[in-house]
Amino acid sequence: MKNAIGVEIPEYIEGLGKLEPFQGVWKSIIEDEVPSTNISRTLKAKKPHVSKLCKNLEEAVKRCKPFDGMTVTCHHHLRGGDGVLMQTIKILDEMGIKDITLASSSLTSAHDGLVSYVEKGMITRIFTSGIRGALGDAISVGKLKYPAIIHSHGGRVRDFLTGRIKPDLSVLAASAADEEGNATGAHGPSAFGSMGYADIDARYSRNVIIVTDNLVEYPCVPCTVRQHFIDYVVKVDSIGDATKIASGTTRITNSPMDLRIARIAATVIEHSGLFKNGMSFQVGAGGASLAVAKFLREDMKRKNIIGSFMIGGVTSYGVDMLNEGLFHSIFDVQSFDAAVSSSVLNNPNHIEISCDQYANPNNCGSMTNKLDVVVLGALEVDVDFNVNVITGSSGEIRGASGGHSDTASGANLTVVVCPAFRGRLPIVKDRVHTVVTPGESVDVIVTERGVCVNPAKPNLAAKLKEAGVQVVDIRDLKEEVEKMTGVPAEKKLGDQIVGLVEYRDGTIIDVIYNVKNLS
Amino acid sequence: MLYIPGNNPAMIQQAGVYGCDAVLLDLEDAVALNQKDAARILVRNMLKTVNFYDTEVCVRVNNFHTPFGLTDLEEIVPLQPDNIRFPKTETVADVKEFMKEVRRIEKEHGIKNPTMTIHVMIETAKGVANVYDIAAADPRIDAITIGGQDLTADMGIIKTPDGVGIDYARKRIVMAGKANDLDVLDTIFADVNDDEGLREETEYIKKIGFAGKALINPRQVDVVHDVFNPTENEVRKAYRVYSEFIKNKKAGIGVFAIDGKMVDAPVVQRAITVLEYAKIDLKEIEKNAG
Amino acid sequence: MTPKFKAQAGTFESSDIMILIEPLEKDSGRKVDISSTVILQFEEDIKKTINQVLDRLQVEGLHLIAKDKGALTQTIEARVETAVKRSLGIQEGTM
Repeated sequence: MKNAIGVEIPEYIEGLGKLEPFQGVWKSIIEDEVPSTNISRTLKAKKPHVSKLCKNLEEAVKRCKPFDGMTVTCHHHLRGGDGVLMQTIKILDEMGIKDITLASSSLTSAHDGLVSYVEKGMITRIFTSGIRGALGDAISVGKLKYPAIIHSHGGRVRDFLTGRIKPDLSVLAASAADEEGNATGAHGPSAFGSMGYADIDARYSRNVIIVTDNLVEYPCVPCTVRQHFIDYVVKVDSIGDATKIASGTTRITNSPMDLRIARIAATVIEHSGLFKNGMSFQVGAGGASLAVAKFLREDMKRKNIIGSFMIGGVTSYGVDMLNEGLFHSIFDVQSFDAAVSSSVLNNPNHIEISCDQYANPNNCGSMTNKLDVVVLGALEVDVDFNVNVITGSSGEIRGASGGHSDTASGANLTVVVCPAFRGRLPIVKDRVHTVVTPGESVDVIVTERGVCVNPAKPNLAAKLKEAGVQVVDIRDLKEEVEKMTGVPAEKKLGDQIVGLVEYRDGTIIDVIYNVKNLS
Repeated sequence: MLYIPGNNPAMIQQAGVYGCDAVLLDLEDAVALNQKDAARILVRNMLKTVNFYDTEVCVRVNNFHTPFGLTDLEEIVPLQPDNIRFPKTETVADVKEFMKEVRRIEKEHGIKNPTMTIHVMIETAKGVANVYDIAAADPRIDAITIGGQDLTADMGIIKTPDGVGIDYARKRIVMAGKANDLDVLDTIFADVNDDEGLREETEYIKKIGFAGKALINPRQVDVVHDVFNPTENEVRKAYRVYSEFIKNKKAGIGVFAIDGKMVDAPVVQRAITVLEYAKIDLKEIEKNAG
Repeated sequence: MTPKFKAQAGTFESSDIMILIEPLEKDSGRKVDISSTVILQFEEDIKKTINQVLDRLQVEGLHLIAKDKGALTQTIEARVETAVKRSLGIQEGTM
C-alpha cells in the first residue's frame, strides 16, 4: 500500500506486526479522540521498610527476572558518554537472555559496542529516535533481525502509551539519587541536566532500576523521577565518561558558511510576522541551527523584543538568553552542556519537562503545539520540502529523527537550515533518500544560495520578498546547485527493509532499504 | 571587499554567498611562492564557472616585477573580471607599463570594449609620495587601496591598533582618490575575533573618507556593513532632502529650507551618498517627486 | 607528450583534490587511480574530467593518482592541468 507521500509501505512485517501508512500530518490525530488503545500502569507493591538498594547492577537486573523476548529501555541524557546501556546489555547477555527489543530514547557513538549483540541475534529489535556510527552501518547492511523502527521523541511517548513499546526493564542513569529512587540529572558530579526522556520509562516500565554514581542522603532534593515508580537502586562507581556527559559550554560555530546561513534564517524570522513580544522559539544544538540563536539574540536586543519561552534541547547559549531577559522561561526536555544543569537546578524559570509534555501528539498540552518558530537542520531536503535527518549520502543510517517532525508539525513557522551542497553532494534533491519530516509541515528552507518558501505559504513568500530576502523557487535552486556539482549517480540499494520511519502519530512515513556498499 | 586566497577552492566556490559587496581573489600575498602556478590556473577556471551573483569580483595579480606578474595577466585579463588589482604601485611608470600589457592582451583576445577596471594598491612610502600622480595615471583606474601590512613594513614601523603610523598615508591616499573621483578602500583588520576593534577602525576610516574596507574573513562582513550602512533615520532624512530638491529644482529654486535648515548643493550631495549606500534608486525618488 | 618528472598539485583540504603524476615508460598509455569521498556518486564523472584534461593537453605515458575530497569539476581540471604542466617541466612549482 502507498502512503500519502507515495512510499510503498508493507502491510505487515514479521516480528513487528501490522503497519499503518502515513496519511498526512494531522490526518490521524483528531482532537478529543484517542484512536488507539491505551495501556495502564503496571501494578506494583512493596512491603514497608524494605531496601531497594542492590549491591550492583547485575543483582538489580536479576531481581527484575529478565526473560527471552523482553523489552529493555534506557534514556540518552548521557549522550556520547553513556556507560549504563552497554553494561546492562552485557549483563543480560551473560545471563543468556535472547531476542531482546531495545528501546532507548536514542543511540549514540557510545553504543557502537551493540553491533556484536545485534550480529549474534541477542538484540533482534530496536526502537529509537536516532542511530549513529558502527551500529548504524551494521543495521544499514542488514544485520539486525527485524527492521529498526525510528520514531520521533513525541512518537516514543505515544508508542509507550499505546503499547507499541511495552517496556519490561528500564535502567535509568541519574547524577544523584537516594535509596528510594528519587532521582535527578540536575546535580551531582556527573550532572547532565534535564531527565525529560526518562520520565515515561519510569512511569510505564514493569521494572525500573535507577543507576547512580552519587547516592545522596534521603530524600534527594530536588528530584525529577519519583520513588513510587522505582523498583531498585544501584550505586556504581561511574555512569560513563564524564568528559562526554557534560562538556563545558556549547560554542557557536565558527564556520563562515553556517554563520551566513544562520544570518539569513534570522532575517527570515524577523520578517515572518512572528518576530514580536511573546514569541516562542526553539533551535537545534549545533551548526547553523544554533547559530540562528546568536543573530536572533542581536535582533531581539536591537528591536526590544521579549519572547515567551524557549523549548527543546537546551544549550548554555539558550540559558544566556534567559538570563539576559530575552525570554521569560525555558522548558527543558534535554540539556546539552554542563552550564545548563546549574540553571535547571537554580533558575525557577528554567523548567524541566517530560518528553510527554514536550512533544507527545496524543495529549492535550504538547509544548510543540504552542511553538511559534523552530529552526531545524537537515541532511537532505527535496523539492516537496520533505526533510531527511536519518540517512546519509550512501543511504546508511547515521542520524536522528529526534524532535524534528514533532516541532515541525506544531510550530507556526518551521525553518530548515542547510547548505545547498556539502563537499560535492547536492543537498536539495528531487526526493530525499528518507523522509522523516513531511514537506507539509516545513515552511521555509534556508540555504546560502537562496531561501525557498513552501508554495502553500504564498503570503510568507510575499512578506520575505518585500523585506529584500532572496526568495528562490526550490526547483531552480536544485538546478543551479547541480550545475555546479554535477548530478550524483543513483544509489545502489538492496531489497531488504532494514528500517522503518514511524511518524509521530504511529503511521509509517518511509522505509529504509539495505545498502550494498558503504563509502 | 573580502580577500580570498587564490589557491583555496572551497572558499572561492562560495565567494558569492557571503553578502559582501566585492571579493578579491588573491594571486599575490595569500599564495605561497611555489603555488603561484596552481592558484593562477584555479582562479582562471573558477572565473569561468562560478556564479558570484551580484558580488563584484576583483583579481589581485602579482606585481609586474616578479616572475609571475605577466603570466597572471595573460591568464586573467581575457576573462575580464570586474576589476584587476595592481599591487605595490609606486610610480606612474608602473601604471603605464602595466596598462600597456593589459591593453595588448585585450587586443590580442579581440576585446574591443573592455569592462574591467583597475584598482591600484599603494603599499610603499614611494607609492604614498606619488599617489596624486598615480591616481590620475589612467582613466580605467576607478579605485585606490592602501595596503597597511606592507606599508608599515616598508616604513620600518609596527602597525598599532590606533593606526597612527599609517594615518598620514591613509589621509593622503583618500585625498588623491577624492581628487580623481575614485573609490578609496582601506586595508585589512587582522584580528578576526575582535569585532569591537574592527568596528572602531571602520568607524574611523569612514569618518576620514574611505568608501569601504578589506576583510579577511566572512565573519567581518556584518560589522563593516553595519558601520557603513546608513541608519533608517538617515535614509529617511536623505530621502526627504532629495525629493524636496527635485521638486524645488523643477520650480527653478536651488537653495531651500527643511525644518528651518538651509539645504544647498553639498547637503544634497550628502543625501545622494546616503541613498546610494542604502541602495535606493534615485530615479524612483525623481519619479515620485515629479 | 610524456611527463619528465614526478609532480603533484592540489591539497587534501575539503573541496580540493590532490593529483600525483608519475612518468611511465613510453607507449605505456595512461593509468588513472581515483579515491574520493564521493566515489559512489561521482566516480565516472571524476574519471571523465581527468581524462578530458589529459586528452586536451595530449599527454600519455603516465600514472595519475587522484585523492579527491569533493572537488568541483573546474577544480579537478585546474589541479590536473597544474600537475601535468609541472611534470612536463614547462611550469614552475614544487613536489
